Amino acid sequence: MPVLARLIEESGIATVVVTMMPALAEKFRPARVVGVEFPFGHAFGMPEDQAMQRTAAEAAVQLLSEATEPESRLDVDIEWPIDDRTAYRDWQPSEPSPIVAQNIRRRAEIEARRGSAD
Amino acid sequence: MPVDSFRYLPRSFRAGYEGTGFQEETTVWSPLGVPIEEATVALLTSAGIYLADSQEPFDVEREKREPNWGDPTWRSIPRTVQQADVAAEHLHINTRDLLIDFNVALPIRAFEQLAADGAIGDLADEHYGFMGFQESGAKHWRAHEGPEIAQRLKDAGVHALVLAPA
Repeated sequence: MPVLARLIEESGIATVVVTMMPALAEKFRPARVVGVEFPFGHAFGMPEDQAMQRTAAEAAVQLLSEATEPESRLDVDIEWPIDDRTAYRDWQPSEPSPIVAQNIRRRAEIEARRGSAD
Repeated sequence: MPVDSFRYLPRSFRAGYEGTGFQEETTVWSPLGVPIEEATVALLTSAGIYLADSQEPFDVEREKREPNWGDPTWRSIPRTVQQADVAAEHLHINTRDLLIDFNVALPIRAFEQLAADGAIGDLADEHYGFMGFQESGAKHWRAHEGPEIAQRLKDAGVHALVLAPA
């Protein structure tokens, strides 16, 4: 996503990336980054929580309005209202994504080969 | 307190993200160009949102066959979209909450309120649904979808784009 932000920014349009992984986004050196400590898939907050969603949206607007130089960052100070264990479980897909499944399979194959070489 | 970027990431993924030596060499910058109270703002999400009755779903079947590939295409989401119009395809997140309230990823409601309150000039008529998982380097986005969206934003007189990775 920061790749797209850079392309759009280079075309002359101001961008802001609202992300739960600002440390990763910053490697792409985008113009403006809002950090949120929310589970994946929820950049603007909890479903039906209009106040939380508005706060995250306001942070994006604030950065668009006030930032004067590249790599500007603003973090939203909201604690996710669900315990970590539940939130961690809830954001994940019902089965591993294809690339994760592929990596698990490959690791298992390597382990099996190591086992038979012993 | 700065945001912990790894709080919800599986522990086994963390080293891969932290250990990469990748860093863009240059920064990018475009000023907003108008006061924020006069700016037209568009939104873009990579949560895999599309319109159930009129658009093709993102191609997750091909991703299942080719795990390193992700559908690079995008869907036009109108400002007037209603929850009942929305579907989502994404193999890397649980889409359940998007189907309850898509505003968690594409906050049209909040930005409509900000426009009504005068905090921004206006909300654009068109917004953008992507599916975030892409081939390494996102080459297709760089060559095709990025320039295409930039041109559409310009044609629509948009001043700012808010992007939300899933």
